[in-house]
Amino acid sequence: MIVPIQTFTFAENDPLVLESGLTLSPVNLAYETWGELNADKNNAILICHALTGSAHAAGYHSEDDKTPGWWDDCIGPGKAFDTDKFFVICSNVIGGCYGSSGPTEINPETGKAYGLNFPVITIGDMVRAQVKLIDHLGIDKLVCVAGGSMGGMQVLEWAAHHAERIHAAIPIATTSQHSPMEIAFGEVGRQAIYADPAWNKGDYHESGTGPDAGLAVARMVGHITYLSEESMHQKFGRRLHNLEKYGYEFETEFEVESYLRYNGSKFTQRFDANSYLYITKAMDYFDLTQPSGTLAASFAQSTGLRYLVVSFTSDWLYPSYHSKELVRALTAVGADVTYLDIESQWGHDAFLLEVETMTGLLQSFLGRLEKEILAGTK
Amino acid sequence: MILRPDLLTIAQLIPTDARILDLGCDDGELLAYLIENKQARGSGIELSEEGVLACVRRGLSVRQGNIEEGLADYPDNSMDVVILSQTLPFLNNPSFMINEMLRVGKRAIVSIPNWGYWRCRIEFVLTGRVPQFPDFEQKWDGGKRWQLFTLSDFEDLTQWIEVEIDDRVYLEGNQKIDRWARWRARTAVYALTKPS
Repeated sequence: MIVPIQTFTFAENDPLVLESGLTLSPVNLAYETWGELNADKNNAILICHALTGSAHAAGYHSEDDKTPGWWDDCIGPGKAFDTDKFFVICSNVIGGCYGSSGPTEINPETGKAYGLNFPVITIGDMVRAQVKLIDHLGIDKLVCVAGGSMGGMQVLEWAAHHAERIHAAIPIATTSQHSPMEIAFGEVGRQAIYADPAWNKGDYHESGTGPDAGLAVARMVGHITYLSEESMHQKFGRRLHNLEKYGYEFETEFEVESYLRYNGSKFTQRFDANSYLYITKAMDYFDLTQPSGTLAASFAQSTGLRYLVVSFTSDWLYPSYHSKELVRALTAVGADVTYLDIESQWGHDAFLLEVETMTGLLQSFLGRLEKEILAGTK
Repeated sequence: MILRPDLLTIAQLIPTDARILDLGCDDGELLAYLIENKQARGSGIELSEEGVLACVRRGLSVRQGNIEEGLADYPDNSMDVVILSQTLPFLNNPSFMINEMLRVGKRAIVSIPNWGYWRCRIEFVLTGRVPQFPDFEQKWDGGKRWQLFTLSDFEDLTQWIEVEIDDRVYLEGNQKIDRWARWRARTAVYALTKPS
């Protein structure tokens, strides 16, 4: 399945006003689609990506492309998000570095990359840009919005603030409010980037070299939080990497060190350090209990939606109790909610790895939406 | 769809168009039946992953959770009927559960096995062992806490906690029983309400 990247540009004349009060103009959104939009334009699903994801959720960009999109296991003909039935959309978030407006893009005012002149964005801003894309595609109401981790935050933002545009919400392995621990991990990643001299206060886009060392450390910290102690025991144990015995030196000795270094360094080839700062900051600001004070009040106008909330038992980055709190709030306001805490050892990463259970669950839930929403449509 | 006799009896006690909460709804058999045949607006709570997945396959809304943690998220009187089928013997605090059911629902429907059934009584006397209940799938394996009680015990309990029995059906298999029910019934279904 070859998919092209498309770009939607808006707010050329009428700037997008961000939550911070700053504005962005123009706004570019890179997006990809799978399947066909039907004549009634009511079979569309929006997929939201996580921190380092992109619009490339499924399929390949070319014949030679070796790796498929990040959720290819679940999007395609006959898969959980069945593209024979649904029109599936995924767009890169603003602030990102995969084609949507972000710090790596050229600032039309200066002719240079934005760098830190790019305005600080929030999850709410990301979602308001997505709403414009859905308008542009002529879609009045989405069948559902689905996503894991930061994608799940966008899903909750849609549900709380754009409920009239969706039938259902599928937040996976996520939270309605970034906890102090999650903010702390974000800050460690940002500090690693600030501490790299090549970061140069964000002004490195012209120089040709970025803060790769800092960004790699940020990624390593992130990776640890995506695993679980048990999955690290299984994956690496205390095994040594290409060594028979300890070398008593400061080189990569353990398998787990080698894994982190490899992933840290690989990440610098595909991601921008300033984007990492902007997106982690957006996640830290995320707090759906505001401005009303309680989660239930934030969802009081969104009780007509169907919710499928999923968490994973070994996820310690967004532990199950975050999802349970959300389910409690949704129950209290009388919303139609289905919840499952999937037994898994894979930590936060489980949302991409527990394909079999996820496929069964998503297919059943989408089957029901199909019956309720699409019956009798063209 | 053919329902287990006690579930069918429960279904017969439920009016049409009711808001229903099924506690420990298992694979959702009863809920699906009530939605299809009684136009119920129903949801359930189920502890097991297989149960939740089976319910979602039937198109039901189900929360994974432990009902013994209470129903605190559900507002008072937010349901017409709250159902608990064949689960009471496994709960640590049956009276707490019945009170919670009647806080959330206007009516509670409870089905229980009867260890006062004549074969259970004889088995106990003859073998000296606590009888394994014939209708009951889950057997005591030394692990799970398991409270045995009879219809008389349960009806006493409803008096102590001041709950009214609105309706009761005694069953042996799919036969309704009127006479000598405490000896002959293997299962009973009770509809409970708060005293007015």
